[in-house]
Amino acid sequence: MDFDLTPEQELIRDTVRTFARDRVQPVAAELDREGRFPYELVAELGELGLMGIPIPERFGGAGGDTVSYALAIEELARVDSSLAITVAAHTSLGTMPILLFGTDEQRERWLPDLAAGRRLAAFGLTEPGAGSDAGNTRTTAELRDGTWVVNGSKIFITNAGTDITWGVTITARTGEDEISSLVVETGTPGYGISPPMKKLGWRASDTRELSFENCVVPEGNLLGERGAGFRQFLEILDGGRISVAAMGLGLAEGAYELAFAYAREREQFGRPISSFQAVQFRLADMATEIEAARGMVYRAAWLKDQGRPFAREAAMAKLYTGELSARVASAALLIHGGYGFMEESAISRLYRDQKVLEIGEGTNEVQRMVIARHLGLP
Amino acid sequence: MKIAVCVKQVPDATAAKRIDPETKRLDRSGEAALNATDLNAVEEAIRLKEAQGGEVVLVSLGPERALESLRKALAMGADRAVLVADEAAAGSDLVATSRILAAALEREQADLVLFGQASSDGDGAVLWAAVADRLRRPLISQVAALTTDGSTVTGKRQTEHGYDTISAPLPAVVAVSDAINEPRYPSLKGIMGAKSKPQETLSLADLGVDAAEAGEAGSRTTVLALGPPPARGESLKIEDDGSAAQKILDYLVERRLL
Repeated sequence: MDFDLTPEQELIRDTVRTFARDRVQPVAAELDREGRFPYELVAELGELGLMGIPIPERFGGAGGDTVSYALAIEELARVDSSLAITVAAHTSLGTMPILLFGTDEQRERWLPDLAAGRRLAAFGLTEPGAGSDAGNTRTTAELRDGTWVVNGSKIFITNAGTDITWGVTITARTGEDEISSLVVETGTPGYGISPPMKKLGWRASDTRELSFENCVVPEGNLLGERGAGFRQFLEILDGGRISVAAMGLGLAEGAYELAFAYAREREQFGRPISSFQAVQFRLADMATEIEAARGMVYRAAWLKDQGRPFAREAAMAKLYTGELSARVASAALLIHGGYGFMEESAISRLYRDQKVLEIGEGTNEVQRMVIARHLGLP
Repeated sequence: MKIAVCVKQVPDATAAKRIDPETKRLDRSGEAALNATDLNAVEEAIRLKEAQGGEVVLVSLGPERALESLRKALAMGADRAVLVADEAAAGSDLVATSRILAAALEREQADLVLFGQASSDGDGAVLWAAVADRLRRPLISQVAALTTDGSTVTGKRQTEHGYDTISAPLPAVVAVSDAINEPRYPSLKGIMGAKSKPQETLSLADLGVDAAEAGEAGSRTTVLALGPPPARGESLKIEDDGSAAQKILDYLVERRLL
């Protein structure tokens, strides 16, 4: 048994940690306040090869493993969840469908720009009426005279409307009991993108509502087999959960570190509050649970890298880190007292950014459903 | 042009430093990193190579695990690494270290040898002078800007009074300050490729250095005693309510320091 990272994984973690500290930390609060998409940071991450970590080199990616990818997302989320979700949604949700289900021709055409971060990709699954019940998609695509005609809408779609967005992979009903995946490129007539949605957290990330009105998409934009959409999106979500779990882990670490530093510095009753057992126990509990979460996240990623089943562990890691990050962010804010309630405190941003980790890429309840199914429950 | 960069693995800046009272040596078992100004030297070497072609070789003295830290410089773009790792070299002071590094550098015959100005652990800031002396090469230190035409090297040397611009014929030794550049982040491709770059581990015997000339035996300094820094004397904390400048001034005048 070996709990050590490889030298490469360690170096990737250290590089992203330094990048997050030196380049992201100084601007994170401002980006959040202004709800400004971090184009400059995305470009820098692209230069470093961090916008396509698990994409093979022959498609312009870095050819890294899932553990490296999870480490990078964790380190970004420690400092700025908006940037972390931008990278995670682009990689796991936007780019992966092309890599996993695309033909060689589609992959060679689309992946190099995506893997380099020159363009961003989105994944359009959720609809106003189809959230946890994502199979209940109402968007339709009808094959007419050699083209798909798409009608319907999607909601809460990350990265769909940036200046460098290439397009979106959507699920659409292509028959009575048939869902398929289609690529819709930005700028396609009939494809409408709403203004950025206003959110409680992740404010510097790009989130949109999409509408399709007789939107005509080339027949060749079908991803994989017709009718494979349901199975495909489940597979994408399984992998995506690892990166969202890494975000929960990273956010919990970031919140813990803020609380730890504040507790040592803040004096009440003539001594630092870190010398009070009540505060010490809180920090001890946080550190313990974070350690457990780290084991779960890395193991799920490692299983995927080994080519072994990982969906159960990924769902468990996602569920655990979602709820853990809520506990840690809440306790960390309380340690900050009144200062934590102020908008300018870093912990208040992490607290806001946390909530969606229990909602996006499957709510806590959906994770429990997935886990229960893996346990063999009917 | 062939450029050798002398680098050192040091305890990570965030780790608490501890000196082992038994050996009187720095405890190097914790988190480690490449010395910060050495990264400036590596960056400068890579830039020269990118502009003019050539090879960048890392030269280091340290324990086997120092290879981990050398990987970072390889990931940034250095071509290969040479690590002198030998139990007999542990505890080497400036004199012994310069002897070992000079032997390793003789073997490389580089046109330009770069150093970071100082290591964050020993903080001696003289090793480059000792190495240049042993190699009988000209030396420019505290360099904040560097150019070379292939036969001479010109450095802008930072001093208390301004800049000295100094030229020296190659081969030469240059110690750079952290003002010279902003070290790049290693790219993911660089990181993945670092493993397959040549990494050579040498013993003292490989370099023809007698073990008696290295380590504590070959050192000319002896650590007699170690102690914690003296407790901070009387201090005054001034909260700035707009009058802090005046209070500081009064304090200094009162003590006849102004």
